[in-house]
Amino acid sequence: MEIAPLGDSALIVRIRESFDDASDEALNAVLATQRLLENAKLPGVIELAPAYTTVALFFDPMRVVAFGAKADEVFDWLAERIRKAISSANEVRRDQIETSLVEIPACYDAEFAPDLDEVAHHAGLGAQEVVDLHCASEYRVHCIGFTPGFPFLGGLPSKLATPRRSTPRKEIPAGSVAIGGAQTGIYPVKSPGGWNVIGRTPLRLFDPQKDPPALLRASDRVHFRAITRGEFEKARR
Amino acid sequence: MNVIAVRAGFSTTVQDFGRIGFRQFGVSLGGALDAHALSVANLLVGNEESAAGLEVTFGGLQLRFADKRLVAWSGGEFDARSGSTSLPAGHPVLIREGEELVIERPKTGCRAWIAISGGLEVPLVLGSRSTDLRGNFGGKEGRVLQDGDKVALGQNSEQAKILIERLREEKIARWKPPHDWSSPAKREPTLRVIRGSEWNRFDNVTVQRFTGDKFTVSPDSDRMGVRFEGPRLKANELVDLISEAVAPSTIQIPPSGKPILLLGDCQTIGGYPKIAHVITVDLSIAAQLRAGDEVRFREVTLADAHQLLINREQKLEQFRRGLQPHFS
Repeated sequence: MEIAPLGDSALIVRIRESFDDASDEALNAVLATQRLLENAKLPGVIELAPAYTTVALFFDPMRVVAFGAKADEVFDWLAERIRKAISSANEVRRDQIETSLVEIPACYDAEFAPDLDEVAHHAGLGAQEVVDLHCASEYRVHCIGFTPGFPFLGGLPSKLATPRRSTPRKEIPAGSVAIGGAQTGIYPVKSPGGWNVIGRTPLRLFDPQKDPPALLRASDRVHFRAITRGEFEKARR
Repeated sequence: MNVIAVRAGFSTTVQDFGRIGFRQFGVSLGGALDAHALSVANLLVGNEESAAGLEVTFGGLQLRFADKRLVAWSGGEFDARSGSTSLPAGHPVLIREGEELVIERPKTGCRAWIAISGGLEVPLVLGSRSTDLRGNFGGKEGRVLQDGDKVALGQNSEQAKILIERLREEKIARWKPPHDWSSPAKREPTLRVIRGSEWNRFDNVTVQRFTGDKFTVSPDSDRMGVRFEGPRLKANELVDLISEAVAPSTIQIPPSGKPILLLGDCQTIGGYPKIAHVITVDLSIAAQLRAGDEVRFREVTLADAHQLLINREQKLEQFRRGLQPHFS
């Protein structure tokens, strides 16, 4: 484990060196650490956010000083308490990490899937085979980021891995299901993007009026179910 | 009561201190790019320091008020007036029913924060009134102000009412906060930085260039980040990073070798090497950078960064206490 400054008001706790070899194990360790640090209620901590192999911790240096840290030791003071919290706490058991299984209906019709043929061509498959394969797998949310609520999903069949487009699109519609490298994901809000779009979900992945605002969180399991255009329109109403 | 944006300006948004607690869902911190400036402006009009105000970019704003309000602004070198009266930064001013506040294009810097007594009362979204332009929520309907927009105002605080009464004759208060606070824009800005996680992965020549050369602010800059032209830094292509948290203040070096300084609306995660981070007290200067500005970066220690912040907060505390007689 390594703790490094992220500017003067945040730090990064690095739990694992790599992610790809054992992503499930790494993700569990990261989320368990996040939970431990939340429960530790360290002085001056404002918020925690996990991402793949790390947990970021945002803090108010003034409050850390008010709790007794010397001005020139704010980082070390906090880092020591983080290490202590992680090492002294009972291991958070895996079953304590919340994981929901979420079904994402998606319409893979050509109109919603400008890059489906490109993905199929790259994989040496037919378009329908790509859809079947995409729907047959179970994915895990590795990280939320890029735009509000955007899930980076691991577990894409290696055959479907497709490099990002060399020129990103200026605008990708909300709900677009896409493949970028070895990951798949869903664009929750209209945004620019370089991933290959293969379908669209009628679900709203991000709603700022709700708390939590995102449909998915890191650790959730996801699978896609192919729906017709008619079902898509019905679900949108 | 409300305030009307007769002319909305180039890019004016409602901002407070931003959204806390939602980074894990990919929601940016957002908020005033110079939170200190907004705090000070709010203090000057008898508001809570975290009250929502307006962030004005490149001016062009004309506000009309429906009732008596105290207004204060701080930021770049703007020409602000109410009728024929010139309104310098950092002085609370009394604006009466039907009167206007006009902020024209800045000579230096690019942003200003306007606090209005009572604060802007747009709905709270995820705990904040700030406008999130990427997610299109918060603030005034999730967007920049448009000509003719009305924004609701809260009630004048008891403190504000006292100062309103006192300013009946002279209109503008004579006292003001330290100059650096109300006018942070610099003609030849230097941003103090601390080392980022990947500092050591850049070769010596690159690090020397980063702290020795001048960089020019690119027009392709916004609330998400400031892009720099100038000496290209040798991107370290061997580094294949797993995405991790970034924050406003992070300076990353993408494969183009042109540094990007992230600001309040930046993404929550990123995969580019982080060479450095601007220290919190210099974010006030960073928030004023505009296309063509020539910027230098100077390394300080993390302990220096914290000491400078402590010094500023101690001065702010003195300022808060010094204000009390004006509001009681």
